[in-house]
Amino acid sequence: MTDNDIAEQLAQAVRKAAAARTPLAICGSGSKHFLAGELGAAALDVTGHRGIVSYEPTELVITARAGTLLREIEAALAAKNQMLGFEPPHFGPKATLGGTIACNLSGPRRPYCGAARDFVLGTRIVNGKGEILKFGGQVMKNVAGYDASRLMAGSYGTLGVLLDISLKVLPKPAQESTLTFEMSADEAIRKMNTWAGQPLPLSAACHLGDTLYIRLSGTDTGVRAAHIKLGGELDTRGTAFWQELREHQLMFFAGEAPLWRLSVPAAAPLLDLPGKYLLDWGGAQRWLQTTVAEADVHRAAEAAGGHATLLRIAGRPRSMRLSNPVTSRLTRELRRAFDPSAIFNPSLNLA
Amino acid sequence: MPPSVLRESLLPALRSFLPASAVLDTEENLHPYECDGLSAYRQLPGLVVLPETTEQVQHILRLCSAYRVPVVARGAGTGLSGGALPLADGVLLSLAKFNRILEIDPLNRTATVQPGVRNLAISEAAAPHGLYYAPDPSSQIACSIGGNVAENAGGVHCLKYGLTVHNVLGLKFVTIDGELVTLGGKVLDAPGYDLLALFTGSEGMLGVITEVTVKLLPKPERAQVALAAFDDLEKAGHAVAAIIAAGIIPAGLEMMDNPAIRAAEDYVHAGYPVDAQAILLCELDGTNEEVSEGIAQVRALLTNQGATEVRTARDDAERLRMWAGRKAAFPAVGRISPDYYCMDGTIPRQHLATVLKRISELSREYGLQVANVFHAGDGNLHPLILYDANKLGELERTEEFGGKILELCVEVGGTITGEHGVGMEKINQMCVQFNFAELTQFHAIKTAFDPHGLLNPGKAVPTLHRCAEFGRMHVHGGKLAFPEIERF
Repeated sequence: MTDNDIAEQLAQAVRKAAAARTPLAICGSGSKHFLAGELGAAALDVTGHRGIVSYEPTELVITARAGTLLREIEAALAAKNQMLGFEPPHFGPKATLGGTIACNLSGPRRPYCGAARDFVLGTRIVNGKGEILKFGGQVMKNVAGYDASRLMAGSYGTLGVLLDISLKVLPKPAQESTLTFEMSADEAIRKMNTWAGQPLPLSAACHLGDTLYIRLSGTDTGVRAAHIKLGGELDTRGTAFWQELREHQLMFFAGEAPLWRLSVPAAAPLLDLPGKYLLDWGGAQRWLQTTVAEADVHRAAEAAGGHATLLRIAGRPRSMRLSNPVTSRLTRELRRAFDPSAIFNPSLNLA
Repeated sequence: MPPSVLRESLLPALRSFLPASAVLDTEENLHPYECDGLSAYRQLPGLVVLPETTEQVQHILRLCSAYRVPVVARGAGTGLSGGALPLADGVLLSLAKFNRILEIDPLNRTATVQPGVRNLAISEAAAPHGLYYAPDPSSQIACSIGGNVAENAGGVHCLKYGLTVHNVLGLKFVTIDGELVTLGGKVLDAPGYDLLALFTGSEGMLGVITEVTVKLLPKPERAQVALAAFDDLEKAGHAVAAIIAAGIIPAGLEMMDNPAIRAAEDYVHAGYPVDAQAILLCELDGTNEEVSEGIAQVRALLTNQGATEVRTARDDAERLRMWAGRKAAFPAVGRISPDYYCMDGTIPRQHLATVLKRISELSREYGLQVANVFHAGDGNLHPLILYDANKLGELERTEEFGGKILELCVEVGGTITGEHGVGMEKINQMCVQFNFAELTQFHAIKTAFDPHGLLNPGKAVPTLHRCAEFGRMHVHGGKLAFPEIERF
C-alpha cells in the first residue's frame, strides 16, 4: 500500500467551498451513510488520502491517513500481533479509518477497553476555513492545548475533514474464550455487572434471547482460571459470534422495525418498553426493535439516566436529541468555531 | 474594568448572598492563595470566594460575567504549572468546600463526587466494594478530582489504565454566564460532541466543574514488581521496547537515571543499586495466574536485554519499598539541592537516548545538574533541574534550560506537557508546539464557551501577540535539529 497525501488538495477544495458557501459532504466508502441519512451536498471524496504514515509497534502507536481501509490497518497490526482495542465495526468491506473515527464506532470490547475516542492520540484536520491543523500527537500523554483531536471522534465530519489520525494500539490477547450461560435478561444484567466488578479478564458481555455470552481475553492460564471460576459452556463459535454482533449481522438486526440504540447505565433495569432487546457492552448499550412512539423511547432512556438514538428508519437524517438548551448552544458555537461558513455536512443536525 | 469595580461593586454583591467567612478580601486571608504547586509564580488574588453550593457558584459567575471580572478556579492547589495562579484584578474561586462523595454505585462501578474530593478519597470510599479509581497522580493524597479533570491528570498507571479523560464518565459544570450543564453520567457515551473530552484538560478555561462521575475498576487480585539495573541508559530504553513488543502492558513502567537513583536511595533506602546508570521498575497486575506468567516472562526479557541485575519483590512490603524510592524521587532530589524545577515533556520513546544525551549537554552548557525520572511506558519524561533560587539569575537560567528541554521534546515529535498542564509555566512553549492557525482555533473554542475571556485568562493558550514577542515560533520542517524524524 502506498502512502498518498492529498491534504493540500483537500484543503483547497474546502477553501473553494467556503468562499462560495457550497456545502460539502465528506465521504469515505459510504459504509456508514446509513447512520447519517442523505447528506444532500457535493461529495468531498477523501478515499484518495490513504496510507499508513508510521507504525511503531513498541510504542503502541499507529498513524494513518483517514482514507486508509480499516482492514488494511487491522492487517498491519495483526502482523505484529497487535490490534485496535476498540474493536470497531466496519459495516462494509471498504470501511475507512476516517469514517470509523468520525462516527466514534466501537465494538463489543468497548466497556472493558475503551471507545474509539479513547484511543485517539492526535489528528491532522482541515477546518472549515481550509486550514490544515494538527492537534495532539503520537504520544500517550499530551495535555498541551484543548483536546481537539479527541473532539473529532463522534463529530460526524461537522468540525473538519480528518486527514491523519494517530491511535494507541494494544497487543492481541494470547487467548480468547467465549462462554455461554442460559439465563433471563434481568439476571444477565446482574451477572454481567457483578463480574465486571471483579478482577476477571472480561472483554465482552452480551445477552440475546435467553443466553448470556461472555468473552474472556488474556493469557492462557488467566483465561482458563476465569473459566473455571465462572463456569458456563465453552462456545466454539465464539469469534464469529462477536464479529456478527459487531457488524449487526446477527439475525436480531434483520427486519424492518425501527432500530434503536439505548445508551444507559450498565446495571439499569430493563426499560418498560415493549420490543425485542439485545444487551451489549455488559448492559451499557442496548439494541431495541420497537414500534413504540419515538418520544416514549427517548423519555424512557432519559429516565434511566441515558439516551436513545434512532438508527434505522427509512429515509430520514439522523438527528441527535440534546435535551439541554445550553449544550445545544455550546454545540452550535463550537461547530461555528471550526466551520464558520457552515459547509461541512450541514444537513446533520447535532444540536 | 476599573480597579474599583472589584471592591466597590462586586464585593458587596458577593457579600449579599455568601456568608462572611466565604468571601476573603484582607491581605492576610488572601496569602494562602497566592500560588499553587509551582511556587515560583506568585500573585495575590483580588478576592477569594469559597462557595459551597452549585447555586452559589452560578450566582458568583453570573456576577463576575456581568461586571466583567476574571475568575480563576482552584481545587487543592497542587498543580505544577501555575494553572491556579490568581489575578490581582480577579476573583479566585476555591472549590475546597465541595468535598462530599455523593454516591458510590458498586454495580454500575461509578463514583459521583464533588470536585473538591481528594483523588485518593475516592479509592478509599470504593475499597469496601473491591473497587478503586485508577488515575493516581503522585499528589493523590492531596489533589482534588476537579483539578484532576481540569488538568487531565496522569500518574504511574496511565499506560494500562489511561489518563483522567479515560476514567471520567460525567461532569456538571457552570458556564461563565452561570448556566449549569450536565455532560454524560453513568453511561459510556452521550449524544452530540464529546464535550467531556474537550472539557478534560481544559485548565479552567471553559467552565467551573461542580460535580464529577468517575469510573471505578475492580482491584487487581495481585500486583508484582520487577526491578532491573542497567549499566547504560540506552539498554534500559531497549528493554522497555522489548517488554511492549512481547505483548505485555505493565501496570507501571518507570525508569530513573543515576543521579535520581542515588538521591532516592540516600533518602528512603529502597535497596536500589547506586552504581547503575538506570533502573527500571516494571509492575504487572491482574489475576494471580496472569501475574505469575507475566513476571517470569519480564524477568527473562530484562536479562536478555542486558540487565546487570533483576530482582522481584518477595512480598508486598518489599514491593512497596521498591516503589517508595521512585515515589519519593522528587523530595529526594529536594534534599540534595536547595531548589529543583520539574519538567514534564513527553517524547516517542525511541528518541529517549537522543533526548537524554542532549539534556546532559544542555546541563553542562547551563552549569545546572539534572536528575531524570521517566514514566517509561508512555514516554513522559520528568527531568528535575537542580538550582539555587538564592543565587542571582539561577532561576532564570533554569527556566531557560527547561524551555530548551520542552522545545527538544517537540522537535522529536513529542509534547511540552504530558500531565502537568500548560498553565502559566509553558505558555511560551505553546508557541513552539502550535502555529498561528492552530492557536487561533484554540481561541475560537474558548470563545464558544467564554466569549469575554473571563475564565482563567492568560493561561494555557498564548495570544498570537505573545508568541510574536516570544519570537520562537512553531518549528517548521527542515529547520529542525532532527529532520529525519517523522513528525505527523
